[in-house]
Amino acid sequence: MTRATHEAPVRGQAAEPAGKSRPARSRALVWSYGPASAITLGAIGLWELILRVAHVPEYLIPTPSEVAADFKSDWPVLEPNMFVTLREIALGFAISVIAGVGLAVLLHLSSTLRRAVYPLLIASQTIPIIVLAPILVILFGYGIKPKLIIVALICFFPIVVNGIDGLRSVDEDLIRMMLTLNGTRWSIFRRVEFPAALPAIFSGMRIAATFAAIGAVFGEWSGSNQGLGYIMLAATPNLLTARIFAAIVLLTVVALGLFGLVSLLERVLVPWAPRGGKTR
Amino acid sequence: MAVEPSSSGVGFGGTATDSAVAIRLTDVSKSFGDVTAVQAIDLTVARHSRIGIVGPSGGGKTTLLQIVAGLLEPDGGQVSVEGAIAARERLARCALMPQRDLLLPWRNALDNAGIALENRGVSRAEARNRTKPLFERFGLARFEHVRPAQLSGGMRQRVSFLRTLMAEKDVLLLDEPFGALDSITRGEMQYWLGSAMDEVPRTVLLVTHDVEEAILLSKLVVVLSARPGRIVRILEVDHLPGGSRREIVTNPAFVAVKEQALEALES
Repeated sequence: MTRATHEAPVRGQAAEPAGKSRPARSRALVWSYGPASAITLGAIGLWELILRVAHVPEYLIPTPSEVAADFKSDWPVLEPNMFVTLREIALGFAISVIAGVGLAVLLHLSSTLRRAVYPLLIASQTIPIIVLAPILVILFGYGIKPKLIIVALICFFPIVVNGIDGLRSVDEDLIRMMLTLNGTRWSIFRRVEFPAALPAIFSGMRIAATFAAIGAVFGEWSGSNQGLGYIMLAATPNLLTARIFAAIVLLTVVALGLFGLVSLLERVLVPWAPRGGKTR
Repeated sequence: MAVEPSSSGVGFGGTATDSAVAIRLTDVSKSFGDVTAVQAIDLTVARHSRIGIVGPSGGGKTTLLQIVAGLLEPDGGQVSVEGAIAARERLARCALMPQRDLLLPWRNALDNAGIALENRGVSRAEARNRTKPLFERFGLARFEHVRPAQLSGGMRQRVSFLRTLMAEKDVLLLDEPFGALDSITRGEMQYWLGSAMDEVPRTVLLVTHDVEEAILLSKLVVVLSARPGRIVRILEVDHLPGGSRREIVTNPAFVAVKEQALEALES
């Protein structure tokens, strides 16, 4: 980057991950994920050690190595059911993003609508969505529909609330300036308010991504014949505790995957957003 | 205390005709609740002249600009901008440059500067084509594709000014454009803005709390009182010699105007 003679016009170049050398990158990776990995590995080791020393039987709490063994033997059962739950989570989440962002935009653009709907939106969150699950099963049966509705209902709220806050966060001075720069309601929304709200919308999506798995499992517990939630439920009376743990691990992996995907999408779509830390 | 355009020293000989008047404020006042921001403002601004408005902070300078821009309606009095009375019509004729640059972090410098064209329905490619020559002309060449976060404060204000210019309005309202800059950068920017405005004649209303800035950049300095903001003095800035900044600000003519302005501010 060239510089003008009288002034340093460009501040220190922003650190672009793509521009880093390989050793710098791997050092950054260790810096980001090292501590969390160390704690996880330590906890697993401790878990294994305590159970072995105390001779706790597998049907009460399995050791990590027993869970790992179960993965091997139960994989033909776990795999198809994981994809059932994955599908519920992914589709339900997608619905919640479309509906959540859409509603946030509508409520932002119409103050009448906001006054009418916003209080109801808040009130609706006081109903534990979990108790709706059996009713939805009665209405829609054992298929994927009630699960999608529950996942979407749980994920939807943080997206709407963050979206509305993000759209409203735009500086009044900026709006005034845009009005003098030929800005119309629509062009200000499209060129200023919506891009400005994207970081907040993504925050909402990240929160929602962690809720999605809970929704899918509750949906399956209320009535289903497949999915990781169903596997857990079916394993309980048979005391197949290691299988329950294996299902939980898979569920965590799916939820983390969704979270990672949202974070990745944010990096691609909102590269300009200020970031607190490198870890997400 | 109206000043006729003919006396503003901008070179419009003869008596004021309406086509030579860009902005006319008649007995304008505005209050917010119990607080009177501006009171009994009478001001006539000739087309393509440059007016500096100085006054203490909180003295209603920004309010005055917003009234002219059509962002606010006065409680009393009348405002006309190039013949337009209604707020919407005034808004269509003014472009505002705010104190903070308020560049959009997701747009590069070029696309920030061209946003007014895009708002008017011009395609982005065409907006870029029309904005790019100004970058070269005003010392921003090679910074077209840099994001605001990577630009220094002075460069950001240059982009901000070009953005105001690209609105292609005849009236530019500059609200303390360099208030947030350090004094060295501010000096450079005043010089830059002065020559930029010489190249593209517009009617300019510059609000500042810096008396020197007002004198350097305008032909007429309007001194406002503390709240409620009233016009206490209108000073003409005539025939300042050229030369370096040091030579200008130490010139007796400059010092004399500055002294009068400061005296008016104290009264």
